[in-house]
Amino acid sequence: MKAPPLCPNIAANVHAHRAKKEYLEPLGLPAERPADWRAKALDKFRELLHERRSLSLYMDVCVRCGACADKCPFFLGTGDPNNMPVARAELFRKVYRRYFTAAGKLAGRLATAEDLTDDVLDQWFTYFYQCSECRRCAVFCPFGVDTAEITMAAREIMASIGVAPKYTTEVIRKANEIGNNLGIPLAAWKDSAEFLEQELKEQTGKDIKMPVDQEGAEVLLVPPSADMFANADTMMGYAKLFYAVGVNWTTSTYASEAGNFGLFLNYEQLQKINRRIVDAARNLRVKRLIIGECGHAWRAAQAFTDTLNGPLHFLQKPCPEHICEFAARLIRGGWLKLDKSANDGVTVTYHDPCNLARGGGLIDEPREILRAVVNDFREMPADTIREKTFCCGGGGGLLTEELMQTRMNGAKPRVEAFRTTGADLLATPCAICKAQFPEVFKHYGVDARVVGVMDLLAKAIVI
Amino acid sequence: MPTLTLAGKEFDVDEDGFIQDATKWDDSIATALAEQEGIKVLTDEHWKVIRYLRDYFQKFGSAPMIRKVTKDTGLPLKRIYELFPTGPAKGACKLAGLPKPTGCI
Repeated sequence: MKAPPLCPNIAANVHAHRAKKEYLEPLGLPAERPADWRAKALDKFRELLHERRSLSLYMDVCVRCGACADKCPFFLGTGDPNNMPVARAELFRKVYRRYFTAAGKLAGRLATAEDLTDDVLDQWFTYFYQCSECRRCAVFCPFGVDTAEITMAAREIMASIGVAPKYTTEVIRKANEIGNNLGIPLAAWKDSAEFLEQELKEQTGKDIKMPVDQEGAEVLLVPPSADMFANADTMMGYAKLFYAVGVNWTTSTYASEAGNFGLFLNYEQLQKINRRIVDAARNLRVKRLIIGECGHAWRAAQAFTDTLNGPLHFLQKPCPEHICEFAARLIRGGWLKLDKSANDGVTVTYHDPCNLARGGGLIDEPREILRAVVNDFREMPADTIREKTFCCGGGGGLLTEELMQTRMNGAKPRVEAFRTTGADLLATPCAICKAQFPEVFKHYGVDARVVGVMDLLAKAIVI
Repeated sequence: MPTLTLAGKEFDVDEDGFIQDATKWDDSIATALAEQEGIKVLTDEHWKVIRYLRDYFQKFGSAPMIRKVTKDTGLPLKRIYELFPTGPAKGACKLAGLPKPTGCI
């Protein structure tokens, strides 16, 4: 996609709702910004620079070459210079220089350093919540700077002084108190599972189980809770897949959420939410852990579980395994009887969720599945898929109403790529992408449906 | 917290206009909120969805799975979107006085 003309500050007035006391306190965050907020924020800044060598390196290594500038979907969609990854990071680096470099301490503005003022903090809150942490910029940076790490650090510093979005903190509170992002209580989870068993019976005539809290099952499947609310076909897809190969599995009502919004807020919550999954696996005495169709869940579980709450010696490898890896392995081994024609009549393309493709190395398996179950499968242009995939526009904690303008702008490059395929069905294994694309398609006047990879696989499985 | 006057009474609402205390809900609230959602008249079909959501919420403490709403009310999803333009998890839940479902939806 061609770079848009520069429109300074065009996105400056799109903000997330700020979290109030009732969402901050349960997360151990200050109920309001303390009087000495600047000192506290700088303490946190110092702590992160010390703990994260990568962050410290990213502060100094950028040469402002601009290779990242036109790679960010939010810059391409808005033209706001502060949405260029290099400029977004500059909002952070100028504060770094002011307080943590000799030149900045002595020369201030002359050394392009700036005080951490109310205005700067407001800018941080605006623009670090117009970044979906998709990390596309990092693919193109010749120095390997991962600007998403800078976004994450800025958000963590803000959270430490009680500046956080309502959406993320509300969702984390529910994950901590109820076990999932949507806040589906135990009885409703069981009721939904039973309902889907009846649906499966009607569709297939078979007694396909949707087990809940079953101790001693072989596999613990942790789906995004959105699958048990909005993506019924994905949820039934998991059940049909396990049924087809005779694997005894279960979901957990303690860890009924694969997604980990801690990734969008701070390390403490990332660890806490991740721990629920490890504890559930241990308490249910399962042998294997499989993660459902959720992008950032995979990044959090695959990249961080061992460090945060591991090692997971009590589980069999590969651990954790993504449901697409599991299914692709079964297809390769010839364990599934598939009828591709079940998915005839539609043209399918695949959207790589950022956190699967860039964040979790899961690129070929979903394609292997789709090629095995769909006759008419097409790819989007090469510079928009795999590691170079464009964000759906709703990841990273942006999937909230008040950021709709940002979300639609950020989706623009993805929609342009989608249109080139002529597809009428977009398959993607991520709950956020699945929620975002119907809004995007409506906004851009695209007549297409959105499904999970499991949805199409399940249709083709012959049992 | 913002407040909203509905049917002559004052309610705490969130930024998106969802009433905060589900126990204060009655039929007149749904009627008053309909206008905000671009719904002119609440028909029997609207009430069928609203009552279903209310009952489920009172029994289980959360909004029901969307597939279950369509199955149990007999109204296809497309029809529910015609009735409640912002959908079952937003407009319909708002009128039924449920908290806004948030998460990856």
